[in-house]
Amino acid sequence: MTESYDVIVIGSGPAGYVCAIRAAQLGLKTAIVERDRLGGICLNWGCIPTKALLRTSEIWHLMHRLDEFGFRAENIAFDIAKIVERSRKVAQRLSNGVAFLMKKHKIAVIPGEAKLSAAGAITVTKDGNSTDYAAKNVVLATGARARSFPGLEPDGDLVWTYREAMIPKAFPKSLLIVGSGAIGIEFASFYRTLGAEVTVVEVLDRVLPVEDAEISQLALKAFTKQGMKIEVSTTVEKLEKGNDSVTAMLKGKDGKLETVTAERAILAVGIVGNVENIGLENLGVKVDKTHVVVNEWGETGIQGLYAIGDLVGPPWLAHKGMHEGVIVAERIAGVKGVHPLDTAKVPACTYCWPQVASIGLTEAQAEASGRQIKVGRFPFIGNGKAIALGEPDGLVKTVFDADTGELLGAHMIGAEVTELIEGYSIARTLEATEADLAAAVFPHPTLSEAMHESVLDADKRALHI
Amino acid sequence: MDIQILMPALSPTMEEGKLAKWLVKEGDEVHSGDVLAEIETDKATMEFEAVDEGKIGKILVPEGTEGVKVNQPIAVLLSEDDGQGNGHDIPSAMQSIRDAVAAEAVGVKPSPASAAPVSASATRATVVAQARSPSSMSEDRWHAQHCVFASPLAKRLAAQAGIDIAAVKGSGPRGRVVKTDIEEARHMGGVAARPLQKIEGSAPHAAGQKTEALGVMPLPDARLFYRPDSYQEVPHDSIRKAIARRLTSAKVLIPHYYLTIDCRIDALLAARARLNGQAPKGDGAYKLSVNDFIVKASALALMRVPEVNASWTDTAILRHRHADVGVAVALDFGLITPIVFAAEAKGLVAISAEIKSLAERARAKRLKPQEYEGGSFAVSNLGMFGIKDFTAVINPPQAAILAVGASESRAIVRNDKIEIADIMTVTLSCDHRVIDGATGARFLQAFRLFIEDPATMLL
Repeated sequence: MTESYDVIVIGSGPAGYVCAIRAAQLGLKTAIVERDRLGGICLNWGCIPTKALLRTSEIWHLMHRLDEFGFRAENIAFDIAKIVERSRKVAQRLSNGVAFLMKKHKIAVIPGEAKLSAAGAITVTKDGNSTDYAAKNVVLATGARARSFPGLEPDGDLVWTYREAMIPKAFPKSLLIVGSGAIGIEFASFYRTLGAEVTVVEVLDRVLPVEDAEISQLALKAFTKQGMKIEVSTTVEKLEKGNDSVTAMLKGKDGKLETVTAERAILAVGIVGNVENIGLENLGVKVDKTHVVVNEWGETGIQGLYAIGDLVGPPWLAHKGMHEGVIVAERIAGVKGVHPLDTAKVPACTYCWPQVASIGLTEAQAEASGRQIKVGRFPFIGNGKAIALGEPDGLVKTVFDADTGELLGAHMIGAEVTELIEGYSIARTLEATEADLAAAVFPHPTLSEAMHESVLDADKRALHI
Repeated sequence: MDIQILMPALSPTMEEGKLAKWLVKEGDEVHSGDVLAEIETDKATMEFEAVDEGKIGKILVPEGTEGVKVNQPIAVLLSEDDGQGNGHDIPSAMQSIRDAVAAEAVGVKPSPASAAPVSASATRATVVAQARSPSSMSEDRWHAQHCVFASPLAKRLAAQAGIDIAAVKGSGPRGRVVKTDIEEARHMGGVAARPLQKIEGSAPHAAGQKTEALGVMPLPDARLFYRPDSYQEVPHDSIRKAIARRLTSAKVLIPHYYLTIDCRIDALLAARARLNGQAPKGDGAYKLSVNDFIVKASALALMRVPEVNASWTDTAILRHRHADVGVAVALDFGLITPIVFAAEAKGLVAISAEIKSLAERARAKRLKPQEYEGGSFAVSNLGMFGIKDFTAVINPPQAAILAVGASESRAIVRNDKIEIADIMTVTLSCDHRVIDGATGARFLQAFRLFIEDPATMLL
């Protein structure tokens, strides 16, 4: 007999497993289908293992400043195999953690590839054996993968995606990174800090192009100072593979061609949704540019079929997917007072060095919206804790509606800003105005004081600058 | 910061009392809950407990003093962290919030002028803050009832748009009013979010001062009279708040008077039966109600006596060109008065169909503001409940409303003989600023003429 569930989630990345947990919490009989490892890309091949790598590079960076902090050491060296091993262990541990959470919430984990044959009917194939399942509700959370272009295809050997970049067998002396979004820049930061010659190619006119232009500018300055070669407004015309190297023909804004040779290349030019082979075409699910089209409730338009996470619209961030997972589970369970996710309230973090974090509108977007705005800026140089940490390079920028005091956006670059942005996220969700943020007490000495000062600066009343 | 201890109101109606006995003396440390004094009223002697802690700095009213007015300072409490303690600004801040809220409840703008010796709003605040009589309300409950649960941004947006945030339904977590609610309210401009200045509508703009001068004070909170476990609280939704606010303003600010007349409706009932009997089936079907005739007759009477078809403003009376007749519709969650516009020009079938559609959409909460705002007259009919006659509250900016009772067979005297007749009693509520008594009477006469001889409506 076909086993049936209230909810079957396809894909166990952060959107999927969180959705499953919430559904189970709400008393729904829930199963989750995973073809690979629990936790999806985020835990196994994305957010988490890269953070482990970046921790390593951060320590390496500090080890080169030992003298500044009063240490002396010689013959400092790293072992790339051990670095990768640690990263994999971290990922494994978290994947096990998800397995534990599934068990704790009595969620059935079904290994294999899922395919919808009809609304509410799923066939899961594992090692050639197929099993049918029925579900009142199906939540698609199959995620996304690296995008490639003709002529710019990864081969797993010389031309990498994030996946190979995370587990190098040997440390490449030189790297060409195509794309300067969060993924490209994080790898650039990791490899550059450990000593690789890194060239980053960005088709748009600035690095981290979704960030506020001023933050991009500061990031560019910091990366260049670290010795990265950054080519903006540049396209890769040709990528030729050599014996143990790749040679790229780059075309700059002025049309000038330049060749760059590096041991390896990393493609980080965006993602495409995993929409294939899950039976979407059988059901007539709308797909737009490899992403499933849904309404604000994750509904596909087919009764009982939802989609969340990277499979649907941007921003393609784990925490956005998790939030959608909760919303969809609560909608299915009929929880009252559920609100759609306001993506303007989703913060974004890039864990390069220095870190970048932001939420809401950039200054340019805020201006373009036709509002009267006021902008506050506070550099880390005026922050005691930043100086004590030895991290005086950073900026906190806040953008307010001048009339209503609404915090429209916040943009930060500097040490630990990925941990700080949440303060502004709470402020935005609770709809705090500049007056409320100014009235809030920030502990001294902390980096967070710069957040306070930035708000004060928007009213020309910053105290430490 | 020093805190003034005020004479408490130990019951909702207490205005003054005797300070029977001080149980503390100057220099004593007191803590919250300590008994400070015994207060005697004509009804009882009660203990008066401290709310704040600190040191008794000065006793202002010696014991044995009679006729101490509620809210009169009776002692001064020195707070312990004197000089520093911003914390003790909280009671005063709370006080001003309460003043503002209490004042708003009667449409009074907080102003220095409201600091009368026994300021109405202060009475209530003191009852809460000072008295610890068994039935007094806890701070939390007071808060829950009176504080506006809204985000800081929503509050500022509401203030900027002149929207009464208390009337906006919150869509945020636990009903918190958030930015989108204000934006929606501003967009809709409906009952729930009528700008403050518009709420007062036809009322005089200086209403605040006038009510204050009249000594109008808010009624004590009903909770004070009951044990907390003896009732269930049904929080106000926005429509309830709007009804309360509008009707209170209307009844307080409009000088109402009432005229009652009996109408014999035998002919109307016969005409109605005849017309309904001829109604086509399917397309074009209709079923006229007595109320449809009343709306039509009202509209025609308004054309005949245009002084009634009017609105008051500070500088002029607005005489309306059309009879836009509002029809009160009872809803599960309140009532609303959608309008049949230019009813004088519409036939009975059209009026009937329109009222039916408006009522249906009102029940589905689908009415647009322009369908229930304004109007030049209103009809409220409780006849179906067997109500013989009643008076209705005028729905501003209109100047009159007709309250219609049940049609019933009554014994009447005609040509010195007792006869059975179908009679309906109607009562017209008039705004005396707009409609003088004789004018109102002429309207009812005209109305009765149409009702008693429906064929005249064709003329």
